[in-house]
Parts: sequence; structure tokens; C-alpha cells
Amino acid sequence: MIKIEKLHKSYPIGKDSLHVLKGLDLHIKEGEFVSIMGSSGSGKSTLLNIVGLLDVHDEGYYYLNGQLIENLDEKKAAILRNKFLGFIFQSFNLITYKNALENVALPLYYQGMGRKERQKIALQYLDKVGLKDRADHLPSELSGGEKQRVAVARALVTNPKVILADEPTGALDSITSHSVMELLKEINREGMTVFVITHEEDIAEETDRIVRLKDGVIISDEKTNNKNNIKVSV
Amino acid sequence: MFDLDRWQEIFQTISKNKLRTALSGFTIAFAILLFTLLFGIGNGLKHTFEKNFAGDSENSVYINSGRTTKPYKGLQSGRQIQFRNDDSKFLNEKFENEIQFFSPSIQRFNVQATYKGEQNRYTIRGVYPDYQPLESAVIQEGRFLSYLDIERRSKVVAIGRMVEKDLFGGYSALGKNINLEGISYKVIGVFNDPGGDNDERFIYAPFSTIQGVYKENDEVDMFGLTYNSKLSADQALAFSNLLTIMLKEKHKVDPRDQSAIRVYNYAEGTKNVQQFMMVLNVIILFIGIGTLVAGIIGISNIMVYIVKERTKEMGIRKALGATPKSIISMIMLESVFITAIAGYSGLLIGVFALKAIGNGLEEYWIVNPSVETYVVIGATIVLIIAGTIAGYIPAKRAAEIKPIEALNDE
Repeated sequence: MIKIEKLHKSYPIGKDSLHVLKGLDLHIKEGEFVSIMGSSGSGKSTLLNIVGLLDVHDEGYYYLNGQLIENLDEKKAAILRNKFLGFIFQSFNLITYKNALENVALPLYYQGMGRKERQKIALQYLDKVGLKDRADHLPSELSGGEKQRVAVARALVTNPKVILADEPTGALDSITSHSVMELLKEINREGMTVFVITHEEDIAEETDRIVRLKDGVIISDEKTNNKNNIKVSV
Repeated sequence: MFDLDRWQEIFQTISKNKLRTALSGFTIAFAILLFTLLFGIGNGLKHTFEKNFAGDSENSVYINSGRTTKPYKGLQSGRQIQFRNDDSKFLNEKFENEIQFFSPSIQRFNVQATYKGEQNRYTIRGVYPDYQPLESAVIQEGRFLSYLDIERRSKVVAIGRMVEKDLFGGYSALGKNINLEGISYKVIGVFNDPGGDNDERFIYAPFSTIQGVYKENDEVDMFGLTYNSKLSADQALAFSNLLTIMLKEKHKVDPRDQSAIRVYNYAEGTKNVQQFMMVLNVIILFIGIGTLVAGIIGISNIMVYIVKERTKEMGIRKALGATPKSIISMIMLESVFITAIAGYSGLLIGVFALKAIGNGLEEYWIVNPSVETYVVIGATIVLIIAGTIAGYIPAKRAAEIKPIEALNDE
């Protein structure tokens, strides 16, 4: 589903440039539940941005759903994001003046779907995350956990290939964090590829595979004992 | 083109962000309101000047006589110059090509006019039929004097609208007889005059009749004429100068004598008024454009602020699959929509305010302040274009910003 070969990325800082990703190789198959672990500055957010087509890489190859990503202009990136990717952010990133239902329905608007159908599908997904009765609430009227559930519903609504979650529990307490992770697990069990970025060990432990990143290189890539106990060392 | 879904999205954004909408809408509405008011008041000033100088034909020349101030050719100073009928003939023969309308005139002030017990004092003028276009008098009932009246020395008068109002109350004066210092005249016409009430307090009678009643022999008080309107202002001045020289020569007046024969050419005044009007027009235009520019700058600032405020939202939308084009068109349609609606309401308020003012500010030299339809439409179009540009630049920037930067924007 996601295949990365010798991926490099640097950011210019003044006259110098900061080499953030130093030749990553990573292969995530369809239906996997993977977490990227690393402290801040390890390059994990940069990796997610490139995988999420929010940023472009300098060198190397990136295949999304078998398609080589290159020479991507904004419009193509927008269409691919809409079609293949669902985003979940640490700070939820809901649109403040839209209610839960409208937030969930927004990606479908950009697919050009009609209003009634949009709302019907959005309501199904809100029901799936257990917030059907909160459909007409504004984000400010929802708790942190509820907001993140709305964001999960929004990420799922276009039926993407991959869910990308950037510190999905970073702004939540441990109980809510756990329930959000349960939700992601359930989605994964239904066959969705889920890609989580986190710096919390116990969150990473809930996924099936942990990729550890340090200073722009992968230092370990191992399966957890959630599904089986086989450990793969690099 | 019309995409219901897109408009629903825009209406939602507008209605859910009332403060923002109100703020930008107010700026535009206020700018246009000011524009309309200033423009309207400027036009009011213009109307005042037009009205004050519209009384007489612009190409008219009036010739008066007085006493000489310089001795000339053995004649003493202090001699009264008297025009006579042969001067009429002289002028008409010498300036056949230049003169358009011509009339000698005899004028008597404070003539008592009576009709069935109502009485008042007016200026009575004995004139030719050509005097009507000279004064720009407009007959509203009956007719003006005719050459037949002159020939027959008929005792008929054409009276001003105010005379009719004073003496006849609300009734028509046509066909009635009024008494002017003991002589009865039949009213054959009532006129109005764009020069205003004062010009409508005159009574016109056939020149020959008045000459017979008030003058000895063939004396004339003054001449009024209009020259061929094809003459340029400079040609017109040259014509009146030549006319002055020839008249002075005929009456043995020193060419340098300024008081014995006085020729007043409206061309001089017209030139000044036209220059003044031009300056006034430039000022009005400057104020109008200035206000519009201020409004455009205002809306641009607000658009930049709005886009900045919405950077994160743009990032979210882009992450969810919004193309740059859809972001640009959303911001721009919003901007154009608000600009058009607010601009139009400002305009309506302005136009109604001007209507309400009406002639209430006449004492401040502002008459009928109003804006022309083409100005109204022009300003609206300028605004919509401005709204488009004001929306486009920040919208383009918002669309170009990387979603990741937008999302990190707090």
C-alpha cells in the first residue's frame, strides 16, 4: 500500500539545510496497523507529511497504492489525498463553525457529491463512531474525545485506502486515548490500513507493528505481540 | 456556472461568521455611502451654479448707454448718449451675419399693475419678438409678442408666471385685461423663465407700443442680441469689440470711454463659469475616486485579515481534498458576494438619503443633490471588480500555502 525507497528530505534553514530524512526504506502492506515511534526531531512528522502528500520529498521513491508519486502539483495531490487518504490530527482540526455532521461530510463535498447523499453517508459514519446523536453539535460543544471521534469519522467517510493519524491521542487523557485507539483497532480489523505517529510507548504498543525512527533513520521495525509474537529485527 | 452546493457552502460561511461578514460589509457599504453622498452633494453644488447661470442665453450681448466721461471731437464730457431706432437698423445692417436674434428694449421699473383690485409693481419692457429667445423665456400659455403686434402698436402683454400668480390668484390671466398706469392691456401669454422667480416678474409689451407711451420719438434704452452660436468664445469677443468700436464711432464717443456705451458680452462670464464648473467637476471626481480607493484599500485589508484568520481552515480543507482552484473560487465568490450586496445597500441608503435631503440644503448652495444612473452602475461595477481583485490576491496566496504550514498555523 505504501512503499518508500531511499527517501531523503531536507529543509533549508538560513544558508544551511537540515537533513531530516536520511534514506528511509519502508513498506506497509494493505491492512496493516503500523505506528511510527520517535522523539521530536526524529523526522516522524516529516515522514507523515510526505506519506500524506502534504509535503514533497527530495530524493527517493514513494509509491502510494502502487502509483509512483512524482511531479505532483497541488491539484493532483488534492485529488489523491481525497481519494486515498484519511487524516486524523492531534489538534482534531475540525472547522469551528461547522457542526459535527457537516465536518464529516466536507471531504465528500470535495468529491462533488450531492448534499443529501453527503449528509446521509456522513451520518452513517457518525453512527459508526457512536456520535449520531451529536450530529448537529458544533466542535466547541464536544469533548476532546468526541472531537477526535468526529475527526475519525471524517477520515473514514471517503472510504480511503490509508488512515494517517498524527499523534491522535496527543491532546487526550489516558482513558479517552484508549477508547480512540480501540476505535482505530476496530477500523483496522475491518481491513483498513492505519498509520499512526506517536511518541508514546503505550500507544505504539497497541498497534501491530512499531517502526522506530531516530535522527532521520529507522533504528528498528518490529511486530508487537498483539497479533503474534514474531519479532523482526532490521 | 451556478453551483447550488458551492453557494450553500458560501452562504454557510457568511452566515456562520457574522462579525467578519458585518465588518467587511460595513466597510464597503460605508465607502459607497460616502461616495454617493459626496458625489450627490457635489452635483448639488453644480446644479446651483447651472441654475444661477442658466437664466439667459449663453451667447447673448447687452448694450446700454450712459453719460460720456471724456471729451471727444470737440464735444464735452458728461453728455448723455441716447440710442435711437436708427441704431437698431445700423447694427442689423453692419452685423447681418453675426446676429442671430435682435431686439431693442425700453424698460420702466415699478410700474403699477392692477387687476380687479389686486395690484403690484413690476418692471415693464417694450421689446421685439426676438426678446423671448434672448431671455430664454418659455411660453406656458397663450403666445409671445408678434411682429404684427409691433406693427399695429397693439396694447397686449405677455406676463411672467409670478405676475399671474400675484394678480390673478390661481386663475388663468389669458384674455384678461390688466391696467398699467391707466392704460389697459390684454394678456396674450404667460411665460416662465429658467432664470427663476425674478425673471418671471417681468411684463413684456410690443416695443412700438411702449415707445409710444413712455418715450419721445424714437428713443431706445438698450439693445439685446444673441450672436450666431457657431462663433467661438474668442470670435464672439472680437465681434462685440468691433460692435462697441463702431457704435462709439457713430455716437462720437472716445474709444477709451468706458461708461457712455457699455457692451456686456455673456461669453466672458460663460468662459469663467465653464472654467469654474470644470474645476468643480475635477474636485468631485477626485473626491469620488478617493472615497472609492479608500473603500478598496479597506476591503483589501479585511480580505488579507480574513484569509490569514482562515489559514488553518484552508489547510484542513486542502488536507481533505480541496484543490487550490476550489479554495480561490470560494474566497473570491464570498468576497464578490459581500462586496456586491454591501455596496448596493450603501448605494441605496445614499440615494435615499440624497432624496431625503432634496432641496433642504438650498441655503448652503446645494440644489437637488443626486447621482446619475451611470455613476451608480459604474461605482457598483468598480466595486465588484475591486472585490474580485481584493479577494483574488489573498485567495491565491492561501491556495498556494502548503497545507502542512497552514495546519501548523495557530
